[in-house]
Amino acid sequence: MNTTWSRFNITSITLGFAFLYLPIVLLVVFSFNESKLVTVWGGFSTKWYVSLFHNQGLMDAAWVTIRVGLISATVATVLGTMGALALTRYTRFRGRVLFSGMIFAPLVMPDVITGLSLLLLFVAIGMDRGMTTVILAHITFTMCFVAVVVQSRLVSFDRSLEEAAMDLGAPPVKTFFQITLPVILPAIVSGWMLAFTLSLDDLVIASFASGPGATTLPMKIYSQVRLGVTPEINAACTLLIAIVTIGVIIASVANKRREVQRQLDERAAQRG
Amino acid sequence: MKSLGSIRRDFTPWKDPNAKPYIQFDKVTKKFGDFTAVNNLSLTIFEREFFALLGASGCGKSTLLRMLAGFEEPTAGRILLDGQDLRGIPPYRRPVNMMFQSYALFPHMTVENNIAFGLRQEGMPKPDIQKRVAEMLKLVKLEQFAKRKPHQLSGGQRQRVALARSVAKRPKVLLLDEPLGALDKKLREETQFELMDLQQELGLTFVVVTHDQEEAMTMADRIAIMDKGEVMQVATPPEVYEAPTSRFVAHFVGNVNMFEGKIAEQSANTTRITGPSGAQIVVENGGAAARADANIVFAIRPEKIRVSSKKPVDAVNALEGEVYDIAYLGDMTVYHVRLDDGQIVRASALNAARVTEDPLTWNDRAWVSFRPDAGVVLAR
Repeated sequence: MNTTWSRFNITSITLGFAFLYLPIVLLVVFSFNESKLVTVWGGFSTKWYVSLFHNQGLMDAAWVTIRVGLISATVATVLGTMGALALTRYTRFRGRVLFSGMIFAPLVMPDVITGLSLLLLFVAIGMDRGMTTVILAHITFTMCFVAVVVQSRLVSFDRSLEEAAMDLGAPPVKTFFQITLPVILPAIVSGWMLAFTLSLDDLVIASFASGPGATTLPMKIYSQVRLGVTPEINAACTLLIAIVTIGVIIASVANKRREVQRQLDERAAQRG
Repeated sequence: MKSLGSIRRDFTPWKDPNAKPYIQFDKVTKKFGDFTAVNNLSLTIFEREFFALLGASGCGKSTLLRMLAGFEEPTAGRILLDGQDLRGIPPYRRPVNMMFQSYALFPHMTVENNIAFGLRQEGMPKPDIQKRVAEMLKLVKLEQFAKRKPHQLSGGQRQRVALARSVAKRPKVLLLDEPLGALDKKLREETQFELMDLQQELGLTFVVVTHDQEEAMTMADRIAIMDKGEVMQVATPPEVYEAPTSRFVAHFVGNVNMFEGKIAEQSANTTRITGPSGAQIVVENGGAAARADANIVFAIRPEKIRVSSKKPVDAVNALEGEVYDIAYLGDMTVYHVRLDDGQIVRASALNAARVTEDPLTWNDRAWVSFRPDAGVVLAR
């Protein structure tokens, strides 16, 4: 294999990464801009971060977003896990193919359609729109992502572990909580994190489902941008990017460590 | 004294008409949809017996074991354990424990906690659990691995943890599903003897499922040979090998030569058989009685056939042919001799001396001879 850095390779990589990250770099750089004009550099400053924390509207929106994310991700994880269990375990019930197709449909459904149909439902049953409806909407669309993640773990789960536990005297419920759940926990946690992230950055569905007093951060940012971009928004976005980046780094480092440790252990075990 | 029986001479409860069976399969049938895994099967196993279920994959042996453990319910018939009908009793209330083929060790628990799992379910007091776990670790020689997780162990060590975990609760019966299947050959042989010692030491009843006939022969008091959900023969290892009751069993266990023929004459314990080409074979004490002129098969093991360049003077049964193939294996030599009627006979000779006095090579004329009591007549 040719591993040298040909001119072509260097150009492709530069262009590719520029395409991906230039907008984000610009956004981060201009969040430290002294000037109020977003596109004119006026020197380094952190004053927009300070003013961000005094912007009550943005802070309220952030708090709503976090609460919606925590609650909806947790409920979606429970429901998604149950769905995944049902679909992998009870393979003989009627219409299983239909059900497993249906649980994945929201994955490919355009957000606009999901949002609109939820709005129509809430109106039809006369439900006042607010934070509750946003949470319900987010549970609906993140649940299937959790189900997919957990199901892929359950497919490779060795059922004889559960049989062994029962054989040793543990009734089914105890077996689930002492054996099944701990073993599939990593998949459930990543399902939760995925659901939380999806809820965090959803704009379209939240816009349809929310009402007065329940403005999420993406909605707030979007509405402010329509009035003109302020460096405050840049600062808010930079913080969001920082949080997400740190989360991703922690998760992948932990994953990598576990993998390396496992390989070392296995090699040590082979040697006896 | 001539004998064809168990190796443990003092342990033969199946010969005692008053012995109480410990495990009893009574006309058990198990169907999965249209497929019949176990077909109207009856079987008794005695207390403290080391019992092996031997068969090819798909013969129903694992299903039988899983029904005993409670993971499957029989479609028809009943299973009794120590006189108690097991129907409807879930696996977690049965006094049997199972060692799984995959070992099924709990990956998130240490060796210690794996072994203690069953004891905790019983609600055993903590100090007792610790004592029992330490005892089990000592039994399988894994004391220094107590704090390890399963993925930090080698295959052989995992197997021992699985074993310790399944005997920790002192079950009435230990079920072993291909217990040595995942080990390499050398380790498997060592472990076979360890399992036998353990069974003697703990005085448990062992039911082991295996597809490896050597494993079954080495360990078991009695073997049930299964095919298509039915038991073909239940007998001690020497009986299974030397006195098979059917062609299937003769073929399944070890190598065998089969001669088609008809019964020409049958007296008290001597049978004369005529082959299709007119060759005569005399059999003494050789199993199945059949009416004269019945089509039967004469089965004889390769090591009971002698190959020589001249016709042995005292031989009752001698057939002439040509050496077709020779395989020298070190400890023994296997000859394939093509008889004059076209049939190929496999004979193996133990290389008791370093040199042979009657060297044979490819295409030599040769005689195969055997004693009248060396083989059996099979009617089915």
